[in-house]
Amino acid sequence: MKNFSYSKILSHTILILASLLFLVPVWVIFASSTHQPETILNNGLQFLLGDNFIATYKSVLFENSGYTKNITVLDMIGNSLILAFGFAIGKVVISSLAAYAIVYFRFRMGNFLFWLIFLTLLLPVEVRIVPSFEVLAKLNLLNSYTGLIVPLIASATGTFFFRQFYKSVPDELLEAAKIDGANSWQFFIDILVPLSKTMMIALFIVMFIVGWNQYLWPIMMTTEPEYSTILLGIKEIYQSNFEGSYLPEFNRAFAMIILALIAPVSVVVILQRWFIKGLVDSEK
Amino acid sequence: MKKVQFENNFIPYLFILPQLSIVLIFFIWPSSMAIYYSFVLEDAFGISSQFVWLDNYKDIIFDSQYYSSVVFTIIFSALVSFFALSAGLFLAHKANGIIRSKGTYRTLLIWPYAIAPAIVGLMASFFFNSSHGDMYEFLNQIGWEFDPKSDPFDAQVMLVFIASWKQISVNFIFFLSGLQGIPKSVLEASLIDCKSSMKRFWTITFPLLAPTTFFLLITNITYSFFETFGLIDTTTRGAPMGETKTLAYKIYQDGFLGADIGGSSAQSVLLMIFVLLITVFQFKYIEKKVHY
Repeated sequence: MKNFSYSKILSHTILILASLLFLVPVWVIFASSTHQPETILNNGLQFLLGDNFIATYKSVLFENSGYTKNITVLDMIGNSLILAFGFAIGKVVISSLAAYAIVYFRFRMGNFLFWLIFLTLLLPVEVRIVPSFEVLAKLNLLNSYTGLIVPLIASATGTFFFRQFYKSVPDELLEAAKIDGANSWQFFIDILVPLSKTMMIALFIVMFIVGWNQYLWPIMMTTEPEYSTILLGIKEIYQSNFEGSYLPEFNRAFAMIILALIAPVSVVVILQRWFIKGLVDSEK
Repeated sequence: MKKVQFENNFIPYLFILPQLSIVLIFFIWPSSMAIYYSFVLEDAFGISSQFVWLDNYKDIIFDSQYYSSVVFTIIFSALVSFFALSAGLFLAHKANGIIRSKGTYRTLLIWPYAIAPAIVGLMASFFFNSSHGDMYEFLNQIGWEFDPKSDPFDAQVMLVFIASWKQISVNFIFFLSGLQGIPKSVLEASLIDCKSSMKRFWTITFPLLAPTTFFLLITNITYSFFETFGLIDTTTRGAPMGETKTLAYKIYQDGFLGADIGGSSAQSVLLMIFVLLITVFQFKYIEKKVHY
């Protein structure tokens, strides 16, 4: 029994240390964001809170920043929200429809189209960046929300997610619905969608985070600052800190990092159960 | 597929049309362009182009920079997968053994999933910075002349560390849910047969986790190959001496920044073939060997 409690203490110690490994860096960034830029420049990162919290965050959120000085960080957060919501909603709607066609219909080319969609898993956007940029330019979609959101939906992860789920739905449901005279649209809307509500929310949460954290695609797609997401804003202020000639505004960069973390971290923590379900089930 | 299905020649196309059109326009079209460009030599202004067959591929194969990128990518993903998987499994095992406050630890360890790789990189660039970074000073104080700006090895170590840091939480989530899925009766039976908890873990628990581990291995490799892009772009950007470029980052640098469309497209095609091979391997070979 003594031995047992000893190993228990060891487990707790290890888990606490691991938690600190993740918490401390973010805390230091937050604490540093509440100091004057000169303090950080002269004394390095800070572990204790400073007294500049309200001033820094107020100016970061509401005053214009960026190269052209015509967008606030609040606008950038707005853009990130548009991207994350648009991407997540689009993904859930489009992939549940496509999976429905693949699982519930016998049609010519069905198999071929499935493999065509499957192919998208092979080549992430990082790898086809130049031609993708050209296609977007040809379609006149650079610097638009459509160009920011829609091409990202191409990947097949969501389609697989729903395909797996639909396959587990008992056949009797469709038989019964057919006897009752339901057509394919009615079966989808009245039976399948209510059944897959949990799955839809779970996938939505995972995709919200994926969308919020997009980095390379927005860099390429947006040359006008009004479409800048918060991640791009941080990159920009970081570059002017290390490469520019101004007094580095480290406190602003840190505040933006913290602001960029608030939305996705709260989603993961608050909606934890759904989130884990979405993540684990999408991979079975 | 379902035994009972709808028979209709028209409706299913309507359902699949939105996804299909996005795939055709934003995936198939640019990917075919990449394949076409890989056989073409364009002048610097993009005015004239010439079909050069496999010349772009030949250039890559004889390019020592490409080799060092291949070697770096393989070692990088092997190390990141190894560290992130072992740490994730270790922590999940510890958390699963605790009855009280398991939920708290779960929250404390899964939230880093929400941090974008680009933000991990930005944060790291402050901690490892030579003028005021705590990690930089710490490493130099313990006697390692750590300098990621000029020493490729130091930069590579730093990247492996922060890339693994970011990936631990995903592995933790999957391993924890895998561990929770193991039936209690199996564990109780093993408790009677074997006293050593280490041995129990390696002979009973670990084999039962094989499907999860296998899936995560693929996820971790894909992560190291592609998602670390933001992490590299905010820290080393391939420097020093081009020794920290993953294949995906090299494609971006050569194609988008260096305007070498042919060479970068040929690299894309090679990477595409590599991913295809991994996928086939995944489906045909390993899945059969993994014990379910």
